[in-house]
Amino acid sequence: MSMLTYLPVLAEAATTSIMVSCLSLVVACALSFAAGIPLYSGPAWLRGIALVYVEIFRGTSLLVQLFWLYYALPLIGFSMPPLLTGVLALGLNSGAYGAEVVRGALRAVPGQQHEAARALNFSGAHTLWRIILPQAVPEMMPSFSSLAVQNLKDTSLVSMITIADLTFKAQELRNLTQDSVTVYATALLLYLAMALIFIGVLRFMERRIKVATGRSA
Amino acid sequence: MIQGYGIDTSSTAAFALSVLPILLVGLRTTILAMLAGFAIALVVGLAFALLRRSPLAVISWPAAAAIEFLRNTPLLMQLFFLYFVLPEYGIVLPAFWTGCAALGLQYAAYMSEVYRAGIEAIPKGQWEAATALNLTRARTYGVVIIPQMVPRITPAIGNYLVSMMKDTPILSTITVVEMLNLASRIGDRTFEYLVPLSMVGLIFFVLTSLCSLALRGIERIIPTKGISLQ
Repeated sequence: MSMLTYLPVLAEAATTSIMVSCLSLVVACALSFAAGIPLYSGPAWLRGIALVYVEIFRGTSLLVQLFWLYYALPLIGFSMPPLLTGVLALGLNSGAYGAEVVRGALRAVPGQQHEAARALNFSGAHTLWRIILPQAVPEMMPSFSSLAVQNLKDTSLVSMITIADLTFKAQELRNLTQDSVTVYATALLLYLAMALIFIGVLRFMERRIKVATGRSA
Repeated sequence: MIQGYGIDTSSTAAFALSVLPILLVGLRTTILAMLAGFAIALVVGLAFALLRRSPLAVISWPAAAAIEFLRNTPLLMQLFFLYFVLPEYGIVLPAFWTGCAALGLQYAAYMSEVYRAGIEAIPKGQWEAATALNLTRARTYGVVIIPQMVPRITPAIGNYLVSMMKDTPILSTITVVEMLNLASRIGDRTFEYLVPLSMVGLIFFVLTSLCSLALRGIERIIPTKGISLQ
């Protein structure tokens, strides 16, 4: 059988993968800043919460987190649809890695910038928003890009909790047709294509952000 | 695998204690898979890096394509591919070794980038000195380049070791009996997923913490200015 036979079904399933990836990236992005900024400078209690979050999600395995949210959480009274579980697990996981990126980039901003802001009588929040973040965000972009590609690849794990993504459909097709080589090769190439598109889009965003923050030559 | 171990569900603490020995059996598989995968990744990754640096485009281009492919496709799909496709070509490996091969290959692609960065960070003068001393290409790599590369790449490689360990639960999808697989089985049997899955999470947390500590120790021991050759 040729790859084209399976392409329509698999391409449709790939849109589910892309959706899961994009939704979880939104969650991850919000969490990265929500945890990364307190880790850099925040009240002790908030930093404590952020630290516990980051350490737990970086210290354990994504598949374990996914299974925990899917199988264990309903037993203590939180029942969620699989799609939401998948998006949350991926978002929480990527967010924890992203928080470290945010913290690192914020730390890399030279100390004189803080001194200058204080000399100009900027408030703490104003300094962060107007001076530190615009310099730190372009620095975060390369790391965020690789996290986003990692996130896209990790969406294949949500097939384990019955979400009909590309991996799930590929498994289904294989069981139906027993044509492992073609089905899996098509699925792998689709993943590769998605990742390459992701990388392209992120490069474009990186450039735009550099222009917007006045960092491009 | 669960046979021979009693499961006591009378209380949460008793349940946790009774599943611990079962999970520790899985822990052995997890660690073995991590070490085997790491060994494969170290060797194949270096091969990838060297092939990619080859002056012949016939060699370097396919190597670059293979690396990009392995880096940008999910481990789970690669695993399924190896598990279901290799037997069609007469290569029948036990699930455990298929899993190690998949882990090793994906991380080899990651590590080849680390090796490449490590090689490129070596000052040009070192290559010129090796040429001046009339060392062969193999000896240049063996005694000049790689010994200087090791301290530079240890931190990055160590991080990959830890993240490889966190990827081992994926092997449970091809019936490798590791911790997550056992925890799910206990859950299927007792309808109690919370305790076994939380225990697996806890064990992973302890393991990654220990690994990170050990790596920091190793980074301190390894000489940073290269290794002296008598």
